[in-house]
Amino acid sequence: MAQTVSAAQLVARCRNGDQEAWAALVERFSRYVYAIATQGFRLREHDAEDVFQEVFTKVYQRLDSLRSDEAFQPWIAQLTRHVCVDRLRSGSREETTDETELAADPDEDALARIDEALDVHDAMAGLPENCREILDRFFARDETYRTIGEALELPAGTIASRISRCLVKLRDELDGRKPVPTQSGGQVSV
Amino acid sequence: MSASNEDRLADLIGALPPAPEAWVRAAQELPLARTEIDAIVARAETDAEFRQALIADLEATLAQEGYEPERPLLDALRWRFADS
Repeated sequence: MAQTVSAAQLVARCRNGDQEAWAALVERFSRYVYAIATQGFRLREHDAEDVFQEVFTKVYQRLDSLRSDEAFQPWIAQLTRHVCVDRLRSGSREETTDETELAADPDEDALARIDEALDVHDAMAGLPENCREILDRFFARDETYRTIGEALELPAGTIASRISRCLVKLRDELDGRKPVPTQSGGQVSV
Repeated sequence: MSASNEDRLADLIGALPPAPEAWVRAAQELPLARTEIDAIVARAETDAEFRQALIADLEATLAQEGYEPERPLLDALRWRFADS
C-alpha cells in the first residue's frame, strides 16, 4: 500500500504502456471505486463487481483522453458515478424495505466521506510500513488483535498500544499536509 | 482534511476496505488482454458475420474462436460493442 509515486506520475507511465504502473494505479484506486459503488450507491456485490471492472476497463481505454494527469482522482470518481448510475438504470439494485430509498440519489454524505477517506489513506503512505500495516489490518480489514499479532509476529497484548501510537503519527502526518495561512490571509500548501 | 482526532481517523481508514482480490487482479490484467482485444475488434470491423455473432452471444463466439471468455476480455469487448 506504500505510495511513493503520485497518481499523476502513474498515469503518465501508464500512457507509455508501463504495465507495472497500471497495476499500481489499479491497486491505488481499487478501494475508492469499490467504496463508491458499495457505499455511495449501495450496489449489491455482483453489480459492484461489474461496475468495478467496467470502470477500470474504461479508464484503461480512455486514459489518453484525460486532459490533466493531476485530475485523475476526480475523473475516476465521476466515471465511477456514471457507471453506477447506468447500472442502477439498467434495473439492478440492492433490495431494501424502504421504498423511498429505492428511488433515492446516491448517498452524498457517504461519497464525501469516501473522498476524505482517500486523503487519509494517501497520508498513510507517509507512515512507516509497520504502522500502515497495523492500521489497515485493524480498521480497514477488520482483523482481530490475535490475527494481526500472528500475521505480524507481535504479542497480541501490544497491538492496541501500537495502533494508538500509529494513529497519532497519522494525525501528525495529516497535520503536516494541511494548508497554512499566509500573512495576507490566503493559503499555501505545505 | 477535517479529521481532528484519532476516532475520526479510525473511522475514515475503515471507510475504504479492500476490494476483493480477484477483482483487483482482473483489472490489473487488462494490458495483458489488450492484444486479444485489438485482434478481435480489428476482425469485427472487417467481418460483419463475426461482429454480429459477437453481439448476439459474446461468450459463446469467443469460446468458439478459441479465446478464454473471461474477464477482463469480456468486459472490454462488451463495452466496445455496447452501442452496436
